[in-house]
Amino acid sequence: MNCPECDATLNIPGDASVGEIISCPDCGADFEIAKKDGSNVELKQAESVGEDWGE
Amino acid sequence: MSKVCIVFDRLRAEEKMLQKEASDLGHDAVMLDAKITQVNTDSKREDYDLGDVVLERCVSYFRGLHFTASLEFMGMPVLNKFEIANLCGNKMFMTLQLKKHNVPTPKTYFSFSSESASENIDKVGYPLVIKPVIGSWGRGVMPLKDKDTTDAIFEIRDITDSPHDRIYYLQELVQRPPRDIRVITVGDQPIAAMYRKSSGGFKTNIALGADPEICEITKEIEDLAVQASKAMGGGILGIDMMEDQKNGLIVHEVNNTVEFKGLVRVAKRNIPREMIEFALNYVRK
Repeated sequence: MNCPECDATLNIPGDASVGEIISCPDCGADFEIAKKDGSNVELKQAESVGEDWGE
Repeated sequence: MSKVCIVFDRLRAEEKMLQKEASDLGHDAVMLDAKITQVNTDSKREDYDLGDVVLERCVSYFRGLHFTASLEFMGMPVLNKFEIANLCGNKMFMTLQLKKHNVPTPKTYFSFSSESASENIDKVGYPLVIKPVIGSWGRGVMPLKDKDTTDAIFEIRDITDSPHDRIYYLQELVQRPPRDIRVITVGDQPIAAMYRKSSGGFKTNIALGADPEICEITKEIEDLAVQASKAMGGGILGIDMMEDQKNGLIVHEVNNTVEFKGLVRVAKRNIPREMIEFALNYVRK
Protein backbone atom coordinates (compact mmCIF):
# COMPACT_ATOMS: atom_id res chain seq x y z
CA MET A 1 0.00 0.00 0.00
CA ASN A 2 1.22 3.50 -0.82
CA CYS A 3 1.26 6.63 1.30
CA PRO A 4 -1.80 8.79 0.46
CA GLU A 5 0.41 11.84 1.01
CA CYS A 6 3.64 11.14 -0.93
CA ASP A 7 3.03 7.78 -2.62
CA ALA A 8 5.96 6.02 -0.90
CA THR A 9 5.47 2.36 -0.02
CA LEU A 10 4.00 1.90 3.47
CA ASN A 11 5.17 -1.02 5.53
CA ILE A 12 2.07 -2.31 7.33
CA PRO A 13 2.88 -5.30 9.57
CA GLY A 14 0.63 -8.31 9.07
CA ASP A 15 -0.41 -8.29 12.72
CA ALA A 16 -1.26 -4.57 12.81
CA SER A 17 -4.70 -3.87 14.28
CA VAL A 18 -7.45 -1.34 13.69
CA GLY A 19 -6.60 1.83 15.62
CA GLU A 20 -2.83 1.47 15.20
CA ILE A 21 -0.79 4.26 13.71
CA ILE A 22 1.33 3.75 10.61
CA SER A 23 4.00 6.33 9.81
CA CYS A 24 5.25 6.91 6.29
CA PRO A 25 9.02 6.31 6.20
CA ASP A 26 9.48 9.00 3.55
CA CYS A 27 7.27 11.97 4.41
CA GLY A 28 6.57 11.14 8.09
CA ALA A 29 2.79 11.49 7.78
CA ASP A 30 0.82 9.43 10.30
CA PHE A 31 -2.17 7.33 9.35
CA GLU A 32 -4.54 5.31 11.47
CA ILE A 33 -5.74 1.90 10.37
CA ALA A 34 -9.48 2.46 10.00
CA LYS A 35 -10.45 -0.98 8.66
CA LYS A 36 -8.60 -4.22 8.11
CA ASP A 37 -9.87 -7.29 6.34
CA GLY A 38 -7.06 -9.71 5.66
CA SER A 39 -4.56 -7.86 3.51
CA ASN A 40 -7.07 -5.12 2.66
CA VAL A 41 -6.31 -2.12 4.80
CA GLU A 42 -8.13 1.20 4.90
CA LEU A 43 -6.28 4.18 6.32
CA LYS A 44 -7.45 7.52 7.63
CA GLN A 45 -5.52 10.62 8.66
CA ALA A 46 -4.26 10.15 12.23
CA GLU A 47 -5.26 12.75 14.81
CA SER A 48 -2.54 15.23 15.69
CA VAL A 49 -1.27 15.42 19.26
CA GLY A 50 -3.77 17.37 21.37
CA GLU A 51 -3.22 19.66 24.33
CA ASP A 52 -4.89 17.07 26.57
CA TRP A 53 -2.91 14.07 25.35
CA GLY A 54 -0.86 12.04 27.75
CA GLU A 55 -1.09 10.00 30.90
CA MET B 1 -14.24 -16.89 31.44
CA SER B 2 -14.60 -13.13 31.81
CA LYS B 3 -14.47 -10.32 29.31
CA VAL B 4 -12.47 -7.10 29.56
CA CYS B 5 -13.19 -4.14 27.33
CA ILE B 6 -10.23 -1.92 26.52
CA VAL B 7 -11.36 1.54 25.45
CA PHE B 8 -8.81 3.37 23.31
CA ASP B 9 -8.48 6.20 20.84
CA ARG B 10 -4.97 5.37 19.62
CA LEU B 11 -3.88 1.77 19.82
CA ARG B 12 -0.47 1.79 21.48
CA ALA B 13 1.85 -0.95 22.71
CA GLU B 14 0.23 -0.77 26.16
CA GLU B 15 -3.27 -1.54 24.90
CA LYS B 16 -1.96 -4.44 22.81
CA MET B 17 -0.11 -5.83 25.83
CA LEU B 18 -3.28 -5.63 27.93
CA GLN B 19 -5.23 -7.40 25.20
CA LYS B 20 -2.61 -10.16 24.97
CA GLU B 21 -2.44 -10.71 28.73
CA ALA B 22 -6.22 -10.97 29.00
CA SER B 23 -6.16 -13.54 26.26
CA ASP B 24 -3.21 -15.45 27.82
CA LEU B 25 -5.14 -15.59 31.09
CA GLY B 26 -7.99 -17.24 29.22
CA HIS B 27 -10.31 -14.25 29.09
CA ASP B 28 -11.88 -12.37 26.23
CA ALA B 29 -10.61 -8.90 25.44
CA VAL B 30 -12.65 -6.59 23.28
CA MET B 31 -11.15 -3.39 21.91
CA LEU B 32 -13.47 -0.37 21.67
CA ASP B 33 -12.47 2.77 19.78
CA ALA B 34 -14.01 5.72 21.62
CA LYS B 35 -13.68 7.89 18.50
CA ILE B 36 -16.25 5.92 16.57
CA THR B 37 -18.63 4.96 19.40
CA GLN B 38 -21.91 6.80 19.79
CA VAL B 39 -23.84 7.14 23.04
CA ASN B 40 -27.15 8.76 23.89
CA THR B 41 -29.36 9.30 26.92
CA ASP B 42 -31.22 6.04 26.27
CA SER B 43 -28.04 3.99 25.80
CA LYS B 44 -27.90 0.75 27.77
CA ARG B 45 -24.96 -1.40 28.71
CA GLU B 46 -26.33 -4.28 26.65
CA ASP B 47 -26.33 -2.11 23.48
CA TYR B 48 -22.54 -2.46 23.41
CA ASP B 49 -20.03 -5.29 23.70
CA LEU B 50 -18.52 -4.06 26.95
CA GLY B 51 -17.86 -7.27 28.81
CA ASP B 52 -17.58 -7.30 32.59
CA VAL B 53 -15.27 -4.36 33.14
CA VAL B 54 -13.76 -1.53 31.11
CA LEU B 55 -10.16 -0.34 31.15
CA GLU B 56 -10.26 3.24 29.89
CA ARG B 57 -7.02 3.87 27.98
CA CYS B 58 -7.65 6.93 25.79
CA VAL B 59 -4.60 9.09 25.12
CA SER B 60 -6.87 12.15 25.01
CA TYR B 61 -7.72 13.01 28.62
CA PHE B 62 -11.00 14.78 27.89
CA ARG B 63 -12.18 12.06 25.53
CA GLY B 64 -11.43 9.39 28.12
CA LEU B 65 -13.04 11.35 30.93
CA HIS B 66 -16.28 12.00 29.04
CA PHE B 67 -16.39 8.46 27.71
CA THR B 68 -16.03 7.20 31.28
CA ALA B 69 -19.00 9.36 32.28
CA SER B 70 -21.07 7.71 29.51
CA LEU B 71 -20.05 4.22 30.58
CA GLU B 72 -20.73 4.83 34.26
CA PHE B 73 -24.12 6.27 33.27
CA MET B 74 -24.86 2.86 31.74
CA GLY B 75 -23.84 1.18 35.00
CA MET B 76 -20.54 -0.10 33.66
CA PRO B 77 -17.61 -0.52 36.05
CA VAL B 78 -14.68 1.47 34.65
CA LEU B 79 -11.04 1.68 35.67
CA ASN B 80 -10.31 4.32 36.54
CA LYS B 81 -13.55 5.73 37.86
CA PHE B 82 -14.70 9.12 36.59
CA GLU B 83 -13.99 10.73 39.94
CA ILE B 84 -10.38 9.52 39.96
CA ALA B 85 -9.80 10.50 36.32
CA ASN B 86 -11.24 13.93 37.00
CA LEU B 87 -8.91 14.49 39.95
CA CYS B 88 -5.77 13.15 38.29
CA GLY B 89 -6.30 14.90 34.96
CA ASN B 90 -6.20 18.38 36.46
CA LYS B 91 -2.99 19.24 38.28
CA MET B 92 -4.67 21.73 40.58
CA PHE B 93 -7.39 19.28 41.69
CA MET B 94 -4.74 16.57 42.09
CA THR B 95 -2.42 18.72 44.20
CA LEU B 96 -5.28 19.84 46.44
CA GLN B 97 -6.40 16.23 46.89
CA LEU B 98 -2.87 15.10 47.82
CA LYS B 99 -2.47 17.95 50.31
CA LYS B 100 -5.91 17.33 51.80
CA HIS B 101 -4.82 13.76 52.54
CA ASN B 102 -1.47 14.83 54.01
CA VAL B 103 0.58 13.38 51.15
CA PRO B 104 3.85 15.35 51.01
CA THR B 105 3.76 17.42 47.82
CA PRO B 106 5.62 20.53 46.58
CA LYS B 107 4.37 23.91 47.75
CA THR B 108 2.09 25.17 44.99
CA TYR B 109 0.50 28.56 44.36
CA PHE B 110 -2.76 29.08 42.48
CA SER B 111 -3.84 32.33 40.85
CA PHE B 112 -6.69 33.03 38.52
CA SER B 113 -5.36 35.83 36.34
CA SER B 114 -1.92 36.83 35.07
CA GLU B 115 -2.01 40.01 37.18
CA SER B 116 -2.66 38.07 40.34
CA ALA B 117 -0.01 35.46 39.49
CA SER B 118 2.56 38.27 38.95
CA GLU B 119 1.63 39.83 42.29
CA ASN B 120 2.07 36.48 43.98
CA ILE B 121 5.52 35.99 42.44
CA ASP B 122 6.55 39.44 43.73
CA LYS B 123 5.72 38.12 47.20
CA VAL B 124 7.19 34.60 47.04
CA GLY B 125 10.13 35.21 44.65
CA TYR B 126 11.97 32.99 42.16
CA PRO B 127 12.63 30.27 41.10
CA LEU B 128 9.26 28.67 40.42
CA VAL B 129 7.86 26.21 37.89
CA ILE B 130 4.75 26.99 35.86
CA LYS B 131 2.63 24.06 34.75
CA PRO B 132 -0.55 23.94 32.70
CA VAL B 133 -3.34 22.41 34.81
CA ILE B 134 -4.25 20.10 31.92
CA GLY B 135 -1.58 18.35 29.90
CA SER B 136 1.05 15.70 30.10
CA TRP B 137 4.47 14.57 28.91
CA GLY B 138 6.01 17.72 30.38
CA ARG B 139 4.42 19.99 27.77
CA GLY B 140 4.18 23.61 28.89
CA VAL B 141 6.13 22.93 32.09
CA MET B 142 8.67 25.74 32.37
CA PRO B 143 11.04 27.03 35.00
CA LEU B 144 10.49 30.70 35.94
CA LYS B 145 13.76 32.26 37.03
CA ASP B 146 13.31 35.95 36.29
CA LYS B 147 10.68 38.61 35.64
CA ASP B 148 11.36 39.01 31.90
CA THR B 149 10.74 35.33 31.15
CA THR B 150 7.68 35.31 33.40
CA ASP B 151 6.16 38.39 31.77
CA ALA B 152 6.71 36.86 28.30
CA ILE B 153 5.04 33.57 29.27
CA PHE B 154 2.12 35.35 30.94
CA GLU B 155 1.66 37.61 27.90
CA ILE B 156 1.50 34.60 25.59
CA ARG B 157 -1.09 33.03 27.90
CA ASP B 158 -3.17 36.21 27.88
CA ILE B 159 -3.06 36.28 24.07
CA THR B 160 -3.98 32.61 23.54
CA ASP B 161 -6.47 32.79 26.43
CA SER B 162 -7.65 29.20 26.38
CA PRO B 163 -9.90 28.56 29.41
CA HIS B 164 -7.21 26.67 31.31
CA ASP B 165 -4.62 29.39 30.58
CA ARG B 166 -6.49 31.53 33.09
CA ILE B 167 -5.54 29.15 35.87
CA TYR B 168 -1.99 29.80 37.06
CA TYR B 169 -0.37 26.81 38.74
CA LEU B 170 3.04 27.80 40.08
CA GLN B 171 5.15 25.38 42.05
CA GLU B 172 8.33 25.67 44.07
CA LEU B 173 11.38 24.43 42.15
CA VAL B 174 12.33 21.39 44.20
CA GLN B 175 16.05 20.79 44.75
CA ARG B 176 16.59 17.16 43.81
CA PRO B 177 18.88 14.87 41.84
CA PRO B 178 18.26 15.05 38.04
CA ARG B 179 15.70 12.26 38.14
CA ASP B 180 12.31 11.37 39.53
CA ILE B 181 10.62 8.10 40.44
CA ARG B 182 7.57 6.65 38.70
CA VAL B 183 5.66 4.05 40.70
CA ILE B 184 2.82 2.07 39.17
CA THR B 185 0.13 1.15 41.68
CA VAL B 186 -2.64 -1.34 41.08
CA GLY B 187 -5.35 -1.36 43.72
CA ASP B 188 -3.23 0.67 46.16
CA GLN B 189 -0.29 -1.74 45.77
CA PRO B 190 2.95 -0.61 44.11
CA ILE B 191 3.91 -3.24 41.52
CA ALA B 192 6.86 -1.62 39.71
CA ALA B 193 8.98 1.50 39.86
CA MET B 194 11.60 3.21 37.75
CA TYR B 195 13.90 6.18 37.94
CA ARG B 196 13.40 8.60 35.08
CA LYS B 197 16.66 10.42 34.48
CA SER B 198 16.69 13.82 32.89
CA SER B 199 18.10 13.88 29.39
CA GLY B 200 19.69 17.28 29.94
CA GLY B 201 16.99 19.76 30.96
CA PHE B 202 15.09 19.80 34.22
CA LYS B 203 12.23 17.64 32.92
CA THR B 204 12.26 13.90 33.49
CA ASN B 205 9.42 12.72 31.23
CA ILE B 206 10.09 9.51 29.31
CA ALA B 207 8.11 11.06 26.44
CA LEU B 208 10.86 13.70 26.23
CA GLY B 209 13.66 11.16 26.14
CA ALA B 210 14.41 10.65 29.84
CA ASP B 211 16.28 7.45 30.56
CA PRO B 212 14.30 4.76 32.45
CA GLU B 213 16.10 2.67 35.05
CA ILE B 214 14.58 0.11 37.40
CA CYS B 215 14.06 1.39 40.95
CA GLU B 216 13.78 -0.85 43.97
CA ILE B 217 10.54 -0.26 45.85
CA THR B 218 11.77 0.61 49.33
CA LYS B 219 9.46 0.70 52.33
CA GLU B 220 9.45 4.51 52.11
CA ILE B 221 8.46 4.47 48.42
CA GLU B 222 5.84 1.82 49.08
CA ASP B 223 4.27 3.70 51.99
CA LEU B 224 4.14 6.96 50.07
CA ALA B 225 2.72 5.31 46.93
CA VAL B 226 0.00 3.61 48.97
CA GLN B 227 -0.84 6.88 50.71
CA ALA B 228 -1.03 8.77 47.39
CA SER B 229 -3.09 6.05 45.73
CA LYS B 230 -5.57 5.99 48.60
CA ALA B 231 -5.81 9.78 48.51
CA MET B 232 -6.86 9.68 44.86
CA GLY B 233 -9.31 6.79 45.27
CA GLY B 234 -7.26 3.76 44.17
CA GLY B 235 -7.51 2.09 40.78
CA ILE B 236 -4.54 1.87 38.40
CA LEU B 237 -2.21 4.83 38.78
CA GLY B 238 1.22 6.18 37.91
CA ILE B 239 2.62 8.03 40.90
CA ASP B 240 5.54 10.41 40.37
CA MET B 241 7.87 11.20 43.25
CA MET B 242 10.87 13.48 43.68
CA GLU B 243 13.75 13.11 46.11
CA ASP B 244 13.55 16.55 47.71
CA GLN B 245 16.87 17.42 49.34
CA LYS B 246 15.02 19.26 52.14
CA ASN B 247 11.97 17.10 52.78
CA GLY B 248 12.75 13.61 51.45
CA LEU B 249 10.34 11.86 49.11
CA ILE B 250 7.43 13.92 47.87
CA VAL B 251 4.66 13.21 45.35
CA HIS B 252 4.34 15.77 42.57
CA GLU B 253 1.95 14.01 40.21
CA VAL B 254 -0.50 11.14 39.94
CA ASN B 255 -1.36 9.87 36.44
CA ASN B 256 -4.66 8.30 35.55
CA THR B 257 -3.90 6.49 32.27
CA VAL B 258 -0.44 5.26 33.08
CA GLU B 259 1.98 4.41 30.26
CA PHE B 260 4.25 1.45 30.93
CA LYS B 261 5.88 0.26 27.73
CA GLY B 262 9.35 1.35 28.94
CA LEU B 263 9.03 -0.03 32.45
CA VAL B 264 7.58 -3.36 31.31
CA ARG B 265 10.93 -4.33 29.76
CA VAL B 266 12.78 -4.17 33.07
CA ALA B 267 10.08 -4.75 35.71
CA LYS B 268 10.15 -8.00 37.68
CA ARG B 269 6.37 -8.25 37.74
CA ASN B 270 4.13 -8.54 34.69
CA ILE B 271 2.50 -5.09 34.69
CA PRO B 272 -0.27 -5.62 32.11
CA ARG B 273 -1.15 -8.99 33.63
CA GLU B 274 -1.49 -7.46 37.10
CA MET B 275 -3.73 -4.76 35.63
CA ILE B 276 -6.01 -7.31 33.95
CA GLU B 277 -6.18 -9.49 37.06
CA PHE B 278 -6.98 -6.45 39.19
CA ALA B 279 -9.72 -5.34 36.77
CA LEU B 280 -11.39 -8.74 36.86
CA ASN B 281 -11.12 -9.06 40.64
CA TYR B 282 -12.51 -5.54 40.91
CA VAL B 283 -15.85 -6.65 39.46
CA ARG B 284 -15.87 -10.01 41.26
CA LYS B 285 -15.82 -8.26 44.65
